[in-house]
Amino acid sequence: MDFFNEAHVEAAKDLLYKMADDQLIIGHRNSEWTGLGPILEEDIAFSSMAQDKLGQSEHLYNLLHELGEADADTVAFTRNANQFHSCHFVEYPIGEYDFSLMRHFLFDMAEAIRFEMLVNSSYENLAMIARKFKGEIKYHTMHANTWVKQLAQGNEESKARMQSALNECWPLALGIFEPGKHEDVLKEAGIFEGEEALQAQWLQEVTKLLTDCGLVIPENVTPSYGGRKCEHTDHLQPLLDEMTEVYAIDPSADW
Amino acid sequence: MIKSLDPRIDRAKINHDPIDPLKELDQFPTFEVFHQTKRGQQHLHVGIVHAPNADMALLYAKEQYARRGETSNLWVVPSSEVTATHYFDDDIFETTPEKIHRDPATYKVMDRIKAYKERNKTKV
Repeated sequence: MDFFNEAHVEAAKDLLYKMADDQLIIGHRNSEWTGLGPILEEDIAFSSMAQDKLGQSEHLYNLLHELGEADADTVAFTRNANQFHSCHFVEYPIGEYDFSLMRHFLFDMAEAIRFEMLVNSSYENLAMIARKFKGEIKYHTMHANTWVKQLAQGNEESKARMQSALNECWPLALGIFEPGKHEDVLKEAGIFEGEEALQAQWLQEVTKLLTDCGLVIPENVTPSYGGRKCEHTDHLQPLLDEMTEVYAIDPSADW
Repeated sequence: MIKSLDPRIDRAKINHDPIDPLKELDQFPTFEVFHQTKRGQQHLHVGIVHAPNADMALLYAKEQYARRGETSNLWVVPSSEVTATHYFDDDIFETTPEKIHRDPATYKVMDRIKAYKERNKTKV
């Protein structure tokens, strides 16, 4: 992009890496439900959304390629855990369906707001991607909101499971908004309003929906930070090994 | 425990036989799905989804029946709300196929269209 100076390019790359890596890893995680979902219709819907996430990550990796990084496949399939900028939230195993649904709800709400903000980004190619995926992400949040409302107001077991999933997810979800090194540059260049603004809006929206259906937001929680600095839990590397197993057999193969 | 080549199956630690048939009431009710390609066109019946309520049925209808091509709108209707003819009454339709005067394909104009098409074919 012509209007970027060096600092802007670095800041944009950092933003793109964390977004793309989040999408890739949660897409892969959620795809682990394929064939194992609770009912056929949900299995198909959840798998389709996982596929959407992979598609979105590919678009973001392509932007990184425009900024001088390697091509999407190389970036996605040849890095190790200590080169990933994703938050800890997305790398956690799928657990039971309550955990996966609550993660889907909390993560996708943050993603929806992030993309909404980016629609007006000065980084036009990123703004175009944000506009392109508006409807796709809207469906993801419709799906998540409907499920969470349904289960949080279901029977005693479903309420208790949603509350315990929320308690487990909350510190991880706050880790989405770990501030990066380039927050000021992103704001000043009009590329992105920053993690703090995103978290504030997210907190307002998820708090409203969750408390409206009787769940309690955990308090005094320490966010699970480190992912944005490429420091990860032990869950990420095995995921990458499994995800890249076929690719690694012959990286030059044409699919 | 079920052992599989698929690492996801092993991780799921499935103890029961997944082929066990579902008990009654373990299934969600069905909803009939109607799909509209373009605004203003009729909604066409495309199949069913299982869901606990209409909101969730719409979520599933989108992924089962609007995952390819164009869509402008979807309807879901509880299958229990559909009133149908009885198959043992299907003799009421028995003579209908004979009523070719109701079939636009038998209009005289079709002969002319066919003749026109024939003429054009020979030209090419």
